[in-house]
Amino acid sequence: MEAVDSLFHGFAVALTAQNIMYMVVGILLGVLIGVLPGLGGANGVAILLPLTFSMSPTSAIIMLSCIYWGALFGGAITSILFNIPGEPWSVATTFDGFPMARAGRAGEALTAAFTSSFVGALIAVIVLTFLAPIIAEFSLRFGPAEFFAVQLLTFCSFVGLGGGSPWKTVASMMLGFALAAVGIDTVTGQLRMTFGSVEMIRGFDFLVAVIGLFGVGEILLTMEEGLAFKGERPKINARVVLDTWKELPRYWITSLRGAFIGCWMGITPGGATPASFMSYGLAKRFSKNGPQFGSGHIEGVVAPETAAHAAGTSALLPMLTLGIPGSPTAAVLLGGLLIWGLQPGPMLFIEQPDFVWGLIASMYLGNVVGLIIVLTTVPWWAAILRVPFSVVGPVIVVICSIGAYTVHNAFLDIVLMLVFGVVGYVFKKLQYPLAPLVLALVLGDMAESAFRQSMILSGGSLSIFWSNGLVSSITALAIFVLFWPQISAGIARLVSGRAAKQNSPGD
Amino acid sequence: MIDFLKKSLAALSVAVLAGAGILVTASPADAWEPTRTVEFIVPAGAGGGADQMARMIQGIVQKHKLIPQSMVVINKSGGAGADGFLDVKASKGNPHKLIITLSNLFTTPLATGVPFNWTDLTPVAMLALDEFVLWVPADAPYKTAKEYVDAAKKAGPGKFKMAGTGSKQEDQIITAAVEQQTGAKFAYVPFKGGGTVAKQLVGKHVNSSVNNPIEGVSHWRAGNLRPLCVFDGQRIALKQKITKEMSWNDIPTCKEEGLDIEYLMLRGIFMPGGVPADAVDYYVGLFKKVRETPEWKQFMGNGAFNTTFMSGKEYRDWVAKAETTHKSLMTKAGFLAAKK
Repeated sequence: MEAVDSLFHGFAVALTAQNIMYMVVGILLGVLIGVLPGLGGANGVAILLPLTFSMSPTSAIIMLSCIYWGALFGGAITSILFNIPGEPWSVATTFDGFPMARAGRAGEALTAAFTSSFVGALIAVIVLTFLAPIIAEFSLRFGPAEFFAVQLLTFCSFVGLGGGSPWKTVASMMLGFALAAVGIDTVTGQLRMTFGSVEMIRGFDFLVAVIGLFGVGEILLTMEEGLAFKGERPKINARVVLDTWKELPRYWITSLRGAFIGCWMGITPGGATPASFMSYGLAKRFSKNGPQFGSGHIEGVVAPETAAHAAGTSALLPMLTLGIPGSPTAAVLLGGLLIWGLQPGPMLFIEQPDFVWGLIASMYLGNVVGLIIVLTTVPWWAAILRVPFSVVGPVIVVICSIGAYTVHNAFLDIVLMLVFGVVGYVFKKLQYPLAPLVLALVLGDMAESAFRQSMILSGGSLSIFWSNGLVSSITALAIFVLFWPQISAGIARLVSGRAAKQNSPGD
Repeated sequence: MIDFLKKSLAALSVAVLAGAGILVTASPADAWEPTRTVEFIVPAGAGGGADQMARMIQGIVQKHKLIPQSMVVINKSGGAGADGFLDVKASKGNPHKLIITLSNLFTTPLATGVPFNWTDLTPVAMLALDEFVLWVPADAPYKTAKEYVDAAKKAGPGKFKMAGTGSKQEDQIITAAVEQQTGAKFAYVPFKGGGTVAKQLVGKHVNSSVNNPIEGVSHWRAGNLRPLCVFDGQRIALKQKITKEMSWNDIPTCKEEGLDIEYLMLRGIFMPGGVPADAVDYYVGLFKKVRETPEWKQFMGNGAFNTTFMSGKEYRDWVAKAETTHKSLMTKAGFLAAKK
């Protein structure tokens, strides 16, 4: 009950007219930041951080965390409308969101994305309110071996998702790993595959690749097919929100699974991006609508968005209780705490209850305010698709270029973005799947570091991956998920009886 | 090159004199002032120690209206910071660009062979020095650095794990120095950031770390970590109690513990090469004003920084000496980039 008392105290702190105003401003800025690819939540918060020095720390963190919620909401918008993920965690949203928009169902997809985001955040914040101390303790048990097992699980839940030739999937994934290896190697501190070029030391940033592969690639395809948005004109109708809400409760299992994955990945801290991929992969595998994923099924939007927002929210927990940021944006907020003279860590809850509970209360309120704001804008966003492509197309290219430049403030990244655009176009023409490349590029680095750290710890022995209950169960789960198609096929064969077997001995 | 050095030296000696002048009088009307936005480069990612300090400075400068133009912080973290340093190197003569350094000013070119050196830049001022503390989990049996090192030696090579930030950077250099002095052999495990390192130590996935005070203090206060010694010539001056029993000042120096290693990380400001001397003076004066603000003082106290300030020749000499130290430590540890 103590948590409930503290929470209501927090609501009292957060619910002043001034703080609500900061919330609205934060959400609006955040949505804008989320819509512009490249200008991620971390950059946005960092840019605005110095402006908050003259505010009280509670108001400041309320505004900055609302920017963060806004960015989480906003990331979905361009993914769905133009196949350009505004944020890394919205890549998985494009898989079904964009086909929906093409089929004239942009409003539905946006509503589903926003609502799922809200549900994910709500579940995460409830977990945060009541279980914070226990979970903080649990996350300490994650060493390099456990991290690698989690990465393995993400890969395993995603492999085979392309549906096409497995060799094409492997080729695409290997290309992603190769690109991820360029630049500085954190384990040895050496430069790899830069071929003596100073420009290459930055490596290939995930965002630059994604903006090129998806955004520019899509524009090239559209140009080839006659400079117009393909598919049906979007039906714009104010009731789209209510109609979609009627359908959403059907996917409660996917939502719950997504929220669980998200909370877990945010706390451990794997982050929102792997969480969204894992949630999408598992939903495709275990949902009865799985085969329709990728062709514009609403459940394929629900799964990644719920997980991404749950992860984004719960990533703040390790920051507050341990001083370990669960995401880049949380890292910037952590810097803010120090600047405001607050010491994050186990003592923060005891010494600064106003601040902590004010923040947690603002997570509830900020997400409600955010949901209302973004839902009212759904028809306007969907209406963008009615503007002729010859107007919107160039604007998209400009926004993509700014986004690619912002990642490292480097001109070469714009060139790389265009090259990736051509690669994306060729991949589509030759029917190579892009998702495995993107997944390998974003997780390759993390997985590699975790694996090599584990090897240093164990002195080179693989047995570290089943050295305790936690890591063994994650590893086992990963292997189970990887072989699920074979396992389920095996079960099906057993069930269907031996008669078939006798008839076809050569099978 | 020599010509450039001479010019910079001359510029700097003027800088020292003029810098002192600014403190006493307000800057005269004809002195150099920024005429457009000042870019403040951080050769590290958003949220790290250098980034926090740069954004703190940006906030202070804005709040107290210390410069007539605006200041923007830009992260260029690629290639262990090489991206940022190369950018400043290429901006020769641009007086609207600053860079805040960490030890990667020395370690990155030495370890990777990326072509830059601090002499490509113009030193402005040392803002502070960051301390390093040897930490172990609070329930570890070792109460002193000596007990810990003895236990590591007894366990045999590679049995004790030391976590640190990055590879062939400050944390691993300190680890190598400890190894060279004591004969103990650690398995060094590199992680991406200091916060993660501290967490891995609290979770007992490793045996020790050399985290900066600001990265370890919250876990220390919560009773999860124990500081064994600080890698500085003298103890940290702060006597205010951090836990029930101890203040920063109660942590012995490693030298007192028989581990004669000093290592401090530079938090300093540089500009591109070939900038006008009065621009350097301007920034020296600016940072002196920043140091006088209450926000800065609180920030220094929270992070238990060594608040030494230097500019001009004194600073240049310090940097030159630090480079020699890094070179010799890294040569001994075998961290230098292979010559092609």
